Amino acid sequence: MTAKISIQHVQKTFRIKRNLGHLKEVLQPVSALQDINLDVKQGEFMVIVGPSGCGKSTLLDLLAGLTKPNSGQILLDGKAIAGPNLDRGIVFQQYALFPWKTALANVEFGLETKGVGWKERKQIAQEYINLVGLAGFEHRYPHELSGGMKQRVAIARSLAYDPEVLLMDEPFAALDAQTRETLQSELLRIWETTRKTIIFITHGIEEAVYLGQRVAVMTSRPGRIKEVIEVPFESRTTEEDLRSNPEFVRIRHQIWDLLKDEVHRAQEQEKDKSLKATGSKSKVKGVASDG
Amino acid sequence: MANWGTGEILVRLDNDKRAGSNSANVLRWSIFQLSRGFKVSVAILVFLLLWETAPRLGLVNTTFLPPLSEVLQAWWRLLLSGDLADHAGASLTRSIGGFLLAIAASIPIGLAIGWWKPVAQYLNPLLELFRNTAALAILPVFILLLGLGETSKIAIVFYACAFPLLLNTISGVRNVDPLLIKSARSMGLSPLSLFRKVILPASVPTIFVGIRQAGASSILVLVAAEMVGAKEGLGYLIQYTQFSFQIPEMYAGIISISVIGVIINFLLVLLEKRLTSWKQSYSE
Ligand SMILES: Nc1ncnc2c1ncn2[C@@H]1O[C@H](COP(=O)(O)OP(=O)(O)OP(=O)(O)O)[C@@H](O)[C@H]1O
Ligand SMILES: [Mg+2]
Repeated sequence: MTAKISIQHVQKTFRIKRNLGHLKEVLQPVSALQDINLDVKQGEFMVIVGPSGCGKSTLLDLLAGLTKPNSGQILLDGKAIAGPNLDRGIVFQQYALFPWKTALANVEFGLETKGVGWKERKQIAQEYINLVGLAGFEHRYPHELSGGMKQRVAIARSLAYDPEVLLMDEPFAALDAQTRETLQSELLRIWETTRKTIIFITHGIEEAVYLGQRVAVMTSRPGRIKEVIEVPFESRTTEEDLRSNPEFVRIRHQIWDLLKDEVHRAQEQEKDKSLKATGSKSKVKGVASDG
Repeated sequence: MANWGTGEILVRLDNDKRAGSNSANVLRWSIFQLSRGFKVSVAILVFLLLWETAPRLGLVNTTFLPPLSEVLQAWWRLLLSGDLADHAGASLTRSIGGFLLAIAASIPIGLAIGWWKPVAQYLNPLLELFRNTAALAILPVFILLLGLGETSKIAIVFYACAFPLLLNTISGVRNVDPLLIKSARSMGLSPLSLFRKVILPASVPTIFVGIRQAGASSILVLVAAEMVGAKEGLGYLIQYTQFSFQIPEMYAGIISISVIGVIINFLLVLLEKRLTSWKQSYSE
């Protein structure tokens, strides 16, 4: 079976402006992703976990075609990704809803671009609004919705135009436990009926094991794929007590072990960075008092 | 006082939920309306009362500040004679003309400049310079170039309106949330529809800041311009009545200008509210 998505030796470096205290700005390269290799099969549910700041959102932007890798390539159906397209639907970490459009109009947005007629568009959008449990809120503006509701509108928006691949960046992070569980099983149901290829980013190990057929664990920055773990459950929606299944618990532990050191290292990096930042600040102060 | 006001709102909402509202509630509702109207107008009423009484009590010289009632009588005379309508009409034609011309020119140009990033970077300092050059300071230039007629009046209004409009439009376009652009791009929007469906609606609130600023300065600048060289207009009326020592008429002209300014601002705010009703409003 050929891969639906093939990420090959992908590397991404950002250049960030650093003020070194002499009014001189330097562009300092920050390596966000280093040599990522990952194949995702047609119809697969792939989950990516990794510590904060390891480059997960960066990887998703690359998959969406919003940015280009510095080296390496990403193939979709064997062809290099040229740019954004409606064949991939993205749920952003920060919702990214259009504030001047109602919930319904936001869900219609992609359909509009796709060229779906006015009446059909309304109907499809309403279906997806109902699907994410927001019936009755379709005429609200984003600022009149809670964080979790906004997130659900964003999910409905990306599902509505029926992309082949769904890219989801921590879509359930802002939800309460009950809503999250509902939407998790709803997502699994959608996946099992539509067989879309899904790449799902999360912080939650339990969520990762519950949703993913495979879970890719990333290292701290610069992000690499540390290991890909198979989650060998057949049908998740029918298995009632999956979470207490001993196999489930074992895999959860395995991922936690892999992640533990990386999270630790990521936190050390943060600390290091903030120390450096305060260091250079005090240097600036010193120069100022000398002059 | 404030608590009492919100309490009344709650009562009203409750009553709306129930089917019929009886006369007691209607009474409460009108009391609430009255109290709100009172809050809005009390300061103005006190000011007007002071204006009426201070000259009458001899606290200020009646010759230079006649009591309000005399000013209103003069205003009424001006209205009946048709003079007021003529002057106000002349002023409004000039200021609305210049204002609309500025909107028609500045907003499209501003959108283009804002969208075309390098241009915006180069042009912004120059535009800031123009904006901060008081329009009245270059009125003589306009008069030299365009004469004393209508053209120079409309041109000065145009100038005063154009820069706030231009700068706000540019910054509106440039400060659209990049995440929204990213989100729209991810759905495969072409640059043109990205502009039409995302950049334009997202910058409407900032553009409106410019429209309000322009609306205010259109009147401000015009009145001053009419004092320099004009045969009609409210600025001319004020100037002329002052020279000929018709002091109540002079104040009548001033009042007319304030009222027109308030009305124009009110209309623009109303339009803005309609167009940006999606924005967060901090009412409870
Ligand atoms: N546009 C950018 N310019 C400069 N640096 C960036 C940019 N975007 C991301 N980075 C850096 O790249 C690294 C990875 O960022 P990214 O947002 O992909 O992390 P993440 O894994 O999604 O984190 P989180 O789980 O907290 O969302 C971070 O160190 C971040 O500072
Ligand atoms: Mg992220």
